[in-house]
Amino acid sequence: MGIVSKITRRTLLVGSMAVAGGVAFGIYAYKSPQDNPLLDDLTEGEAALTPYIVITAAGVTLITPRADKGQGAYSVQAALIAEELDVDLDQVSVDPGPPSAVYYNTALANEALPFSPADQSNVANAARAVADAAMKFIGMQITGGSTTVADGFTKLRAAGAIARETLKAAAAQESGHDASQMRTERGEVILPNGERISYARLAPTAAKMRLPENVGLRDPSSWRLIGKPMQRVDIVAKSTGTQTYGIDLRFDDMLHATVRRNPANGGGMASYDASAAEGMRGVEKIVELPGGVGVIADNTWRAFQAANAVEIEWADPPFPAEMDAHWATLSRSFAAENLNSRPLDAGNVEAVLSDETIELEYRAPYLAHAPLEPVSAVVQVGDGRIDIWTGTQVPRFIQANIAELTGLKPDDIHVHVQMMGGSFGHRLEDDYVLHAVRLAMEVSGRPVKMTYSREEDMAHDYLRQIAMARVRGTARNGQVHAFDLSIAMPSVSESQMGRQGLSLGETDPIIVTGAGDQPYSIPNYRVTGYKAPQLAPLSSWRSVGASTNAFFHESFLDELIHAAGADPLEERLRLLNDATARGVLEAVGDMSNWGTPMERGRGRGVAFSRSFGTPVAEVVEVTDTGNGIRIDKVYVAADVGRVVDPVNFDNMMKGGVIFGLGHAMNCEITFANGRIEQENFYAFEGMKLYQCPDIEVRALESGPAVTGIGEPPVPPAAPALANAIYAATRQRLREMPFSKFVTFV
Amino acid sequence: MQLNVNGTAYEVDVEPDMPLLWVLRDELGITGPKYGCGVAFCGACTVWVDGMVVRSCSYPASAAEGAQVTTIEGIGNPDALHAVQAAWVEEQVAQCGYCQSGQIMTAAAFLQENSNPSDAEIDDAMSANLCRCGTYPKIRAAIKRAATSLQGE
Repeated sequence: MGIVSKITRRTLLVGSMAVAGGVAFGIYAYKSPQDNPLLDDLTEGEAALTPYIVITAAGVTLITPRADKGQGAYSVQAALIAEELDVDLDQVSVDPGPPSAVYYNTALANEALPFSPADQSNVANAARAVADAAMKFIGMQITGGSTTVADGFTKLRAAGAIARETLKAAAAQESGHDASQMRTERGEVILPNGERISYARLAPTAAKMRLPENVGLRDPSSWRLIGKPMQRVDIVAKSTGTQTYGIDLRFDDMLHATVRRNPANGGGMASYDASAAEGMRGVEKIVELPGGVGVIADNTWRAFQAANAVEIEWADPPFPAEMDAHWATLSRSFAAENLNSRPLDAGNVEAVLSDETIELEYRAPYLAHAPLEPVSAVVQVGDGRIDIWTGTQVPRFIQANIAELTGLKPDDIHVHVQMMGGSFGHRLEDDYVLHAVRLAMEVSGRPVKMTYSREEDMAHDYLRQIAMARVRGTARNGQVHAFDLSIAMPSVSESQMGRQGLSLGETDPIIVTGAGDQPYSIPNYRVTGYKAPQLAPLSSWRSVGASTNAFFHESFLDELIHAAGADPLEERLRLLNDATARGVLEAVGDMSNWGTPMERGRGRGVAFSRSFGTPVAEVVEVTDTGNGIRIDKVYVAADVGRVVDPVNFDNMMKGGVIFGLGHAMNCEITFANGRIEQENFYAFEGMKLYQCPDIEVRALESGPAVTGIGEPPVPPAAPALANAIYAATRQRLREMPFSKFVTFV
Repeated sequence: MQLNVNGTAYEVDVEPDMPLLWVLRDELGITGPKYGCGVAFCGACTVWVDGMVVRSCSYPASAAEGAQVTTIEGIGNPDALHAVQAAWVEEQVAQCGYCQSGQIMTAAAFLQENSNPSDAEIDDAMSANLCRCGTYPKIRAAIKRAATSLQGE
C-alpha cells in the first residue's frame, strides 16, 4: 500500500485536489479551499482546527461526515482521526456534522466511472482525476460504495496530525517550551517538565495559529488504535435501547404523520375521498401529495389508521403491471441497438464457439433494501429556515431538493443526520423527505415527524435491478477455453441519478460491474452489457451491479469448469491473474480443506468476486438433508489492504455473507396488477437465525490500497451457494431466489 | 386507562385497540421498543407483559391494563447493565442495532426459562426475531456468554 509519510496542509483542505491539478477542469474555482461550514456555527470560545475536529472548553468532537447505517462508520472514522490526534474514543464526542461541500467523497466518484477501482492504468487514473474535480464541484456528501475507509484513510489521519501539531505549537506559544520537546496523549499536550495542558484549554490559542504546511503521518508500527479491536462508540447505547434513531426523535408540540401513495412507485392518484378519515380521532389534517395523500395526526398509529381509511383510486402504474412483461423487456434487450458496453473482449470468442458450446440463461430478481427501521423524517418549518432530522446517506441532495421545493436558499435548509436502523442503499433516496416537508409546511412552526408504515416503505423502495444474463462458452483440454457473458438490465445510474437531475452519460458501468472487471485470464473472454428500457425505479442495493453480475459470472464459470472436468478452485486459481485475488482464494481453500472428500449428499461451492477494489472469496458447504438444503458452513476471506478495526471487519464480513445468502435463498420483489406483491417481511424473510451457518472469516492485508468492506462480501455469496448446491445435488440453480427450486431447512 | 411500565404508573387516554407499542413510543416517549413491521413478524417491538414476551406492535394496550409492562429500558441501563446487555456489549453484537432491543428482550426472557440452553434451543428461541444486518452469529455467542455469567450469579 502507498504509505503517505508526508502530507501537505493543502492536500488536506482540498482533498485530492493536488491529484486533479492541471486537468482541463481548472476553469472552475477549484483552486481555492472550500468553505468550512463548522466555522459558521462556532460560538464564543470555540476554535475549529479542521473540518473533522472541533475542540471547545467542553472537549473534543470528531466530525465523521460519512453516515452510520450500522456499518460502524462513526467509530472507524473517529478512530482514524484519534490515531493521530492522540485522543481516545472514550473521551470524545462523535458528530456526523452538517452537510457541507467540504466532505466531498472522492472515492465514490471513482466508482461511478467506467473503470474499476482496481484498474490502475494511466487512462483510468487520468479519468479519476477529472471525476475527482467534478465530484468536488457537485460536492456530494454521500455515504456509499464502501468508500468510507477508502476515502478517509489518509484524509482523517492527516486532519488529526495537523490538529495535534497545531495544538503543540499553541502550547509552545503559551509556555515558552519547544514544541519538538512535547508529547501528546489522551487529549493533552505534555510539556518537557511533565506539565499537562488539555487540548480544550489550548483551543482558543490554537485557533489563532497558522496551520503547519507539512506534517508526517505515523508509521503503522506505532499505531495505537488502527488494526486493534475497538469498542464501537455506539455499542452500549445499542445494547440498552438508549440509541436514538431518526424514528425515535421527540420534540415539544410535535405532530405525527404518515403518507399513503400509489403502491406502484411513481404512479399517480386518480381520485380520493378523505371524508371518513378526516373525522377519525387525533387527525389534524389530510393533505394531497404527489401520487397520494399524507395524514397529520397526534400519534403515529392514528395517522396509519386514518391513511388506510382514505378511499383512493390509483392511476395506472408507470411501468408494466405484470412481472412477465418486465422479463420480456429484458429478453428483448439483447439487441444491437441496446448494446451499452463491452469492457472485455479477449481472444476471439465467436471463432472458437462450436457445437460443444454451452448456452444458458440466468435471472436475478428485483429486491428491496428493507432495512428494519422504516424511513422517517422530523421537519420543522420556521421563519426563513427549515430544519430536517433524518437518517440519510445524501444530506446534500436533501438540502438542494428542499431548497428547490420551498424557494429557500440551500443554506437555510439545515439537515441533522441521524443514526440509521440499516440502509443497504435505501437511504440514498430522499423523496420521503420532500413529502415530510410538504406536510410540515401545512402546520408551519410545529415539528412534524413523518413515519412510513412498513407496507409503505416496501412499496416505495427503489429496487435492486432486475437482470438477465445469456451465456455461451466452451471447455477444451480440461480447461475453460471460451467464456461469453451478455447481461441485460435497466440502467441503475440513469434511474437513480436521473431523480437527482444528474446524468453520468450514456454508458452505465453498473450493467457490467462484477463481471467485466474481474481479474481472470481466459483465452477467449467477452463480457457485454445491454441497456434495457427503464422499468420499475431502481437504486443502489448493497454491492449494486456486482450483486447480480457476480452470480452470473461465477455460476457460469463453475459450469464451464465442471464441463472441463477441472476443479472449481484450482481452475479459478489458474485463471486469476492477480496475486491479491489468488491470495483470498487460496485462503478459503486452506480454511475449508478444499479437496478433501465429503459424505454423500454434501457439497462445497466456491466463488470469487472483486468489487469496490476488494477481492473476496467464499466457500459454502451444504447438506442435502432429504427435507431440504441446510447451509452448514461458510469460509470467507477478503483483502482490504489494511483492516482498521478487526471487530468491525468481522461483523461486516459475516453480515455481508448472511445478506448475500439470505436474499439468494428466498427474496424477490414481483409485481402483479401494478403493485409490489411483497408487502411486509413475511413475504421477504431473508435468512433466519436457525438457518445461519457457522462463518469463518480471514482478513488479508496484502492489497495495494485501503479498500472498503461494507459491500464486497455480498456478491460471492449467492454463486458460492448455488455452486455448493450443485456439488451436493447435481441441480443447477440459474435463477434467484433459489427457494423457487429447492427448500431450505 | 392506567399502564404500569418499568415500575412507573401512567394514565393514558387512548383507544383500547391502540397497540401497546404506540402508547409506549408516542404517548409515553419510551422508544427502546422499535417499530419494524407492525404485524408481529420481526420482533423489534418485543416487550414483557407480566414477564411474558409479547409483540407490542400487535398487542392492544387495553390488554396490558393492570399488568407490569417491561421494556428494554426496564431491565438495565448504560450504568447498570443487565447480564444479557453486558454480553451484547462484550460480543459487540449490534450493527445498525435497530432489532437488538427485541433480540435482548427475547433472549433475557428465554434465559430465565432455560439457564443452560443448547445450540438448538437457542436457535428455536431466537429465530422469530429478524435481523437484517446479519448479527446472528454474534447473537448466539452473546446468549452463551450471558448464560455463563447468569449461572455464576
